[in-house]
Amino acid sequence: MALRAALALARRSLRTTLRRPQFLAPLLIFPSLFLAINTGGLHRSTDLPGFPHVHGFLDFQLSAAMCQSLMLGGVGAGIATALEIEGGFFDRLVASPIPRVSIPLGRIMAGSVIAAVQVVYFLALGLIFGAHIAAGVPGVLLVLVIGIATGTGFAALGVMLALRARSASTVQGIFPLVFVVLFISSAFFPRKLLSHPADWVAAYNPLSYVADGIRDPIISSITASTVLEGLAAATGIAAAGIALSVVALRGRLREA
Amino acid sequence: MRVIGALSRRALNEILRVPGAAIPGILAPTIFLIGLSGAFGKAAQLPGFGADDFRTFIVPVSILQGAGFTGAATGVNLARDIEQGWFDRLLVCPAPRVTLLAGIVSSAALRSLLPASFVFVVAEAIGAHWPGVDGLLIAFVLAMGLATVMAFWSTIIALRFRTQQAAPLMQVANFIAVLFTTAYAPKDLLAGWLKSIAAINPVTQVLDGARQGFVGAVTWHDTWPALLAIVCLQLALGSLAVRSMRRYGI
Repeated sequence: MALRAALALARRSLRTTLRRPQFLAPLLIFPSLFLAINTGGLHRSTDLPGFPHVHGFLDFQLSAAMCQSLMLGGVGAGIATALEIEGGFFDRLVASPIPRVSIPLGRIMAGSVIAAVQVVYFLALGLIFGAHIAAGVPGVLLVLVIGIATGTGFAALGVMLALRARSASTVQGIFPLVFVVLFISSAFFPRKLLSHPADWVAAYNPLSYVADGIRDPIISSITASTVLEGLAAATGIAAAGIALSVVALRGRLREA
Repeated sequence: MRVIGALSRRALNEILRVPGAAIPGILAPTIFLIGLSGAFGKAAQLPGFGADDFRTFIVPVSILQGAGFTGAATGVNLARDIEQGWFDRLLVCPAPRVTLLAGIVSSAALRSLLPASFVFVVAEAIGAHWPGVDGLLIAFVLAMGLATVMAFWSTIIALRFRTQQAAPLMQVANFIAVLFTTAYAPKDLLAGWLKSIAAINPVTQVLDGARQGFVGAVTWHDTWPALLAIVCLQLALGSLAVRSMRRYGI
């Protein structure tokens, strides 16, 4: 019952997103612009001593663009949930005869589907502009798995924030935080080439492991430890995000 | 002049009355300054980079970015005024529409000094090079100029769409204008396609002008193209904004 209701709500969320592409466009446009600027502006960075051997800086930056897009996807999921709370739809769902846990789960499942679209979009964009996926089809599958798990986690964190804040503008306010978390990770540059203290913080930032895990199959043959660390970080973000969103739902229902 | 002054004061009052609204415009360029310096700092070691320190190289970019955000925010505020009916009340007052536009745009120029000052103070705190009084003045004048350019652009968008939902369209223009330049690296280190875009993007001249003092010495040779680029952008977008203003509601 819970799964059926969650699936129905996920389908509804996806349909709503497709009907309002202005909410979907920033998830792809802003990271694409950043990808273009970073690649065009700093393509010679691959000449720096200590920079890993890559086919091109675009290959290296694809992972950063995906991480950025997935985080913005989380903000988008949060805003959509907050708008449903503001508009009263959430209260109608709570009053309906469905398991309540399916309410956040539906939105999170929609986040997973959108994450898959985001990852495929950036892989296609990279290939069109000359990137190589060094690990081939298995590499693409690994990138998809890590990307979807991460996107699921960020969507869940967005839903959790919305349930706590109940205001779309408050959730929108965490937008700058996306960039803070990105800049203190190894998403944009190799960890050992980051300036201090960003290099130190990046070592403890789960996004660094996600970014490295997505990047590894793109720039080299699959390195088991890097990919497994990425997978573990992505799964950890997803598990923590889902658990926190369920806790936030219970808190909100208690207050209601 | 009294109308322009009153509209500018109203816009400046918003900073005190709704301080939360000004925070993103200040925070975003500051985060970019610190973040880009931390992430791409080692890029300054590339042969031919021309600056010893990436932080110093990126400070004028953040100052211009903050000014652009402020200019774009003016359009968002105008769209809000249109949605709430305040702008219709302004239109029926006995003041020429050009005056209303001048009031809106001049407020953007003044407000841009807030993020510019904040970014500069943070930059100095994290160790950026002191550009000298002349370098700083030129950077601030150019920031004010770019804020008016972005205010003209966002006014056109606000008058066209009449909704705050058009805000991303206002902001993305600033993002593209400032970053598709020599923002991250000198022209010779840019990829071919970006080098071509930067060459025709007038904001490249503005950035090169604002970068004086931070990187290299202040010279008239680098200053006049920046001022000319700002004036040309103001004339081009200003005339379109005046046209939009005159046609609004007719």
